Amino acid sequence: MKLNERSVAHYATCNSPTDHAGFLRKRVERHHHHVHHHGTSYQRHWFVLKGNLLFYFEECESREPMGLVVLEGCTVELCEAAEEFAFAIRFDDAGARAYVLVADGQAAMEAWVKALSRASFNYMRLVVRELEKQLEEACKSLAACHRSPWRSSSSSSSGRRRHLSSPALQPLQEKPTTLENGYSAWSSGGCVTGGATYTDHDGGQTKPPPLPPRRRSATGSATGSPASGVSPAMLESPVSPETICFSKLHDWYGQEIAGLRQEWQERQKRGHL
Amino acid sequence: LPAVPAVLKKRLVKLVVNFLFYFRTDEAEPIGALLLEHCKVTKEEENIFSISFIEEPERKYCFECATEEQCQEWVEALKRASYEFLRRSLIFYRNEIQKMTGKDPLEQYGISEEARFQLGAHRQ
Repeated sequence: MKLNERSVAHYATCNSPTDHAGFLRKRVERHHHHVHHHGTSYQRHWFVLKGNLLFYFEECESREPMGLVVLEGCTVELCEAAEEFAFAIRFDDAGARAYVLVADGQAAMEAWVKALSRASFNYMRLVVRELEKQLEEACKSLAACHRSPWRSSSSSSSGRRRHLSSPALQPLQEKPTTLENGYSAWSSGGCVTGGATYTDHDGGQTKPPPLPPRRRSATGSATGSPASGVSPAMLESPVSPETICFSKLHDWYGQEIAGLRQEWQERQKRGHL
Repeated sequence: LPAVPAVLKKRLVKLVVNFLFYFRTDEAEPIGALLLEHCKVTKEEENIFSISFIEEPERKYCFECATEEQCQEWVEALKRASYEFLRRSLIFYRNEIQKMTGKDPLEQYGISEEARFQLGAHRQ
């Protein structure tokens, strides 16, 4: 399947914000059924998370990524492997391969699992929609406030308590997170409850982007009218026909295939098959 | 309908998160995809829009739609299709809500500390 390779490689290596990065060991997947768990091996690569894309590089100085994992319709779970600090990215599409990754330590593993489980585009979109609603409600409350007998005279926000009803919103969850012995199963839409203080921000530097479009129903037509990713159905369920597309993307990088083939050939020579 | 200059091929095009997939009209699996980050979407002549990427701005992927209205819909949808666009929106709403209510709306999601949601941390 074709991909705009140059652009993808450029995006992977340019200085746009990186959401997480570090070394991880990746389990090498065998494509041969008669090689079972005998001799599972791992390869250490440099991983970079940008948005919903997890890139991995041969080395951290490599100029082009070796591979790419699109983090949509997946869950990130701790996994039982012989290795400590292992976790897996598994896809709702049964045909797509899972990725088993091993971190260097407990803290690194937890940081990766946390970052990856919130990396999906769909999750971001849900959060943005929620905030959009909250902003609307805050505006309405503010307007109502100004009409009420006891008005708040200050219009600045810092430090002032307002008589605004805070919307009773549930934290976003697609699947419940269960905690056992301090471990949790994360879903790509899940979240952690827990306070965190929000410290400094500078005001006024970002230009307000236009509001996201309202939902429109998906219309299909052979001449390519937008089967837009905004349809409600897509938000509820994991992206099912689309994960076929993403499986293809995962298998895309020729280098990795070549690498696997070479490794397989070497093992054959050594008589391990 | 992605075009190699002057040659238009009929394709089914599907926008899924920040990817634009294209298919031969009778096949279930895509023949290609475009990652829509760091790209520019331009309305060209009637019914036509193009996508180009920051590192190669002269190279345009052209698409011709059935109607002008569809073309406008596509342009609007594609301009909002990047993860980076969502991130900027989130930062904007967060800031606005914080200004109005004095509260950080991301706290209830447990993500207020994440670097990627901080103001001023991101350009472009």
